[in-house]
This record gives sequence, structure tokens and C-alpha cells, in this order.
Amino acid sequence: MKFKFIEEKIFKVLMYMATLTVFGFVLSIVWTVASKGWNAMSWDMITKLPGGGFYIGKEGGFLNAIAGSIYIVGASTLLGLSVSIPVVFYLNVYLKKRSKLAYAARLAYDVLFGIPSIVYGAFGFTLMIYFGLRTSLLGGIIVVTLLIIPVFIRSMDEAARQFPREILDAAYSLGATRYETIRVVLRQIAPGIATATLLSIGRAIGDAAGVMFTAGYTDSIPTSLSQPAATLPLAVFFQMSSPVKEVQERAYAAALVLTLIVLALSVAGRIITSRFSKNKLK
Amino acid sequence: MDLRILKNKTAGGVMFFLTVMSLMLVFLMGMGLFLKSAPIFEEHALGELLFSSNWKPLKGEFGFLPFLVGTLWVTGIAIVLSLPVALLTAIYLTEYGDRRVKKYVFPALDILAGLPSVIYGVWGTLLIVPWISEILAPRFVEFSTGYTVLAGGIVLGVMILPLLTSLFIEIFASVPGQLRETSMSLGATRWQTIKKVVLRKTFPGILAAVILAVSRAFGETIAVLMVCGNMPQIPRSLFDSAYPLPALIANNYGEMLSLPDYEAALMFAALMLFVVILLFNLVSRAVLYRIEKSFI
Repeated sequence: MKFKFIEEKIFKVLMYMATLTVFGFVLSIVWTVASKGWNAMSWDMITKLPGGGFYIGKEGGFLNAIAGSIYIVGASTLLGLSVSIPVVFYLNVYLKKRSKLAYAARLAYDVLFGIPSIVYGAFGFTLMIYFGLRTSLLGGIIVVTLLIIPVFIRSMDEAARQFPREILDAAYSLGATRYETIRVVLRQIAPGIATATLLSIGRAIGDAAGVMFTAGYTDSIPTSLSQPAATLPLAVFFQMSSPVKEVQERAYAAALVLTLIVLALSVAGRIITSRFSKNKLK
Repeated sequence: MDLRILKNKTAGGVMFFLTVMSLMLVFLMGMGLFLKSAPIFEEHALGELLFSSNWKPLKGEFGFLPFLVGTLWVTGIAIVLSLPVALLTAIYLTEYGDRRVKKYVFPALDILAGLPSVIYGVWGTLLIVPWISEILAPRFVEFSTGYTVLAGGIVLGVMILPLLTSLFIEIFASVPGQLRETSMSLGATRWQTIKKVVLRKTFPGILAAVILAVSRAFGETIAVLMVCGNMPQIPRSLFDSAYPLPALIANNYGEMLSLPDYEAALMFAALMLFVVILLFNLVSRAVLYRIEKSFI
């Protein structure tokens, strides 16, 4: 057989192996977290606050971290949406296709997307010192909002760029102003907005380095914006570094909760992209 | 003026303001970090900060060399491990892959990309670290805790795998099919076509994707913090501990307030990350945009 056919075969095998490796890693990670976490899981974990002596292995759960994560993620998702939708609309409807501003803006969001969350955290920290804030729920919300705005804008923009221009022209010809086309545009890119939201929630809920500086950590559920708030990733991280075995077990349980949330978001994203695009005109 | 037109104009103004404000974030971030780290330059020269390995914050000595070298090691290992896997997977999916395989690989990549970095840290601590200390390291060195540059590199490698693969897929898909057909009609096999046409044509894009992945690996914090051992030393082998830059920042944020110089030093660390990642991102995005345009 000629060498080129042998070469082809060898590389094909290598490619199979590489693709299998990807699956292998996914299964290995999910399995490790699931098997360790399942053993440590109980109702107490997700329904109770840390009790006295929690960090030496006595009873309690990590409801504080779940609640803190929900507060931070919920608030920053809403804030992020209310900034990103206007920006995406502006980039795609108000600006011309070859606008310099749109190019610069897209480049900036791509760059901001690449900036690691630890840098956002450090920057948020300097902002908070400047405004005299302590580590608090508010600080966490601000940093996470900044962190997910690029995620929102980039993925919504991708959906909006495929939006057929003819529909806009049709709306203009009926006498609509640019602003009034927002109703048409929003309906068309609704699935895009939904997937963008899920992506952002995923990034927001998994972020640890950003909230470490700014939201802090606490054993209680915050009742106002100026109190510190615990988050799930930090609960995993802090309990993992404990020498006590029972506390480490709780880290696994928290990791399982976090993983399940992320998996659920990923599945929901798939379903939305495949099913709810029926409103879309092709 | 008509109310509708007024509405249109105001909305435009508000949206313009929001767009420009979010753009300004890049500059604000750079400015803020620079101003906060400025005090460190008054007492130390830039060269001393970058190339000295004396790290004694309490005595006012801030040599970042061990942390920089640690970051480079970990990133280097991650790229070396993940580049071949990402390239081969992407080639398989774009050039050979049939639908059924794609149906399962894309969700798998999505999951890898979506998992929070702390989960990678847990996985690394539970699986990779013991594997290195009990199975791999005893064959080469006398003793290793497992919390090593290698562990950091492996975990980071898996983390950047989905990013690299999806960028490669996009880049390969942008090569026009005619090029492949021409090559194959001249008698080349699929692999020869890939090697001599697709890879050559997309080389700038591949480079850009790698730079992007490097900058992602530079900034990863929590996972690396959990598996690298965090010893302020220059690692001499794969089985030594390291202390990458982001881990340094994350580990010391609590105590830094008491010492103004220390705070400035850590902010300088954040500034370094920011500048390097900003430059890398600008270059590679500019290249990727050009590729996107040239094929459409």
C-alpha cells in the first residue's frame, strides 16, 4: 500500500482517540464529582445554614451559599440584560454595517470576554475602596454584572447579526422609526437572548475569583445589599481546603449541586436552540 | 417635533451612552489597576520587580520571577497537552465527522466549557493530584506531593480544550470547499489535503487561537490555586510546586490591606495579567476577524 494511505489511516486513528479523549474528560469529571458528592449529599446540606462548629465537622448545610449565589446571579443577570439588550440593538439597528464604532465595540467586548475574573475582582475591589464600600452583596453584584455583560453582548450579537435586514426595511417602509423596530427584532432574536442568558448565568454562578474580593463570605443569608454574601464556588473552595474530613465531604456535596446546575443550564440551552427557533424567519 | 421621532432620538442617545460606557470599561480597568499599583514603582524598578526572585512582602521585597515562571510553566504544559487533542478533534469533526458523532461531541464540549473552574479544581485534587503523587512521580523522582506544575498544566489543559476546539472548528469551516475539492481531484488523500491545504491556509488563525487560549490559561485562578501547591519558588521539574500569578492575588487579598506596599504589589500583579491578556486578545481577535471576513 502506498505511504499516503497508511498515513491517512494512522491519523484517522489518532483523531478517533482525540475525540474519545474529550468524552473521557467529561465523563471523568462528572463521575468524580457525582460519586463523591452523592455520598455526602443530604437534605440538611441544601436546607440548613451552617450551625455552630460547622467548620470542625458538626452539623449544618450550605444554604447560605445557595442563597447568596441566587441573589448575586439573579440581580446581575437582570442588570446585565438591561444593559446588553440596548447595546446589541444599537450595534445592529442604529449603526451601519461597516461602522467603525461597531467594529471597536465588538473588539472591546471580545477582549473584555477574555479578561480573567480575578482581574475583574481586583478592579472591583479598587472601585469599592474608592467608594468606601466593604465586601458586600452589592460589590459582588456589580463585579459579576461587569463580568457577564461581555458574555451577554457577544452571544446576543451573534444571533442579531444573522437577523435578515429585509425585515427591518419592511418595518421602515411601513413608517416605523428605528426604535420602533425593536419589537420585531426582539421577537426574532428571542431564542438568542434566552441562550445568551443561560450562558451568562452559567458563567456568573461558577465565578469564584471575582466574588472572592468583593462579596466576601458569611455564614448567614444576607438581608441587605451592604452585607457580605457567600457563594457556591467559594463554599466548595473554602471547605475543600479544610483539614477536617467531614467538612471536605460538604465541599463535594456543594460541588455536586454546582455541577448539576451547570448541566441543567447546558441542557436547557440545547432545547431552546433546537425547539424555540420556530418564530424565526429564514 | 413628533413624539415618535423624539422617542427614537432619545433611545438612540441612551443606547449610544450605554455602548460607549461599556467600551470605556477596558480603559477604566487599566487606569484603575495602574493607579493602584503606582506606589510600587516609586521604590522598585520595573526590572527588579520582574526579574528578582526575592519574595518577602513583610520586608518590602517584591520579586515576581517565581510567580511569572510558575505561570509560564503551567500555561506551557497546558498548551502542549491540549493543542494536539484540540487540533485532531476539530479536524475530525470538520473534515471527516458524520452527524451522529457531532451530535454527541458538541454537547460534550459545551459541558466542558461551562463547568466552573472550581469544579475543575475539585476534579484535579481528587484525581490528578493523587495520580501524580502515587503513580506517575515515583517513577521519576523520590517524592512529590502531587500538587505540582504538572497537575496545574493538566487541569488547565482540559479547561482550554473546549475553547481551542471550537475556535479551530470555526476556522476550518471557513476554508472554502473548492480548495479541498481541487486538492483531492489532483490525487491527494483527505489527510494530505488537510496537511497541505487546510492547515497551511489556516495557519494564522490557528496561531491566533493558540494565543487566545494562552491568555485564557494565564488568568485561570481557582483551579490552579487548588492543584499547584502554591510555593513561592521557581519550579525546576514537572514535579515541583509552583505559585502562578493569579493564585498569588487570590490567596493574599485578605492580608494585603494592612501593608500599602503589599497591596500595590498585588495590584501590579493584576495589572500585569491585564496588560498581557489585553495585548494577546487584541492581536488574536484582529487576526480572527480578518479570517472571518476573507472567506465570506
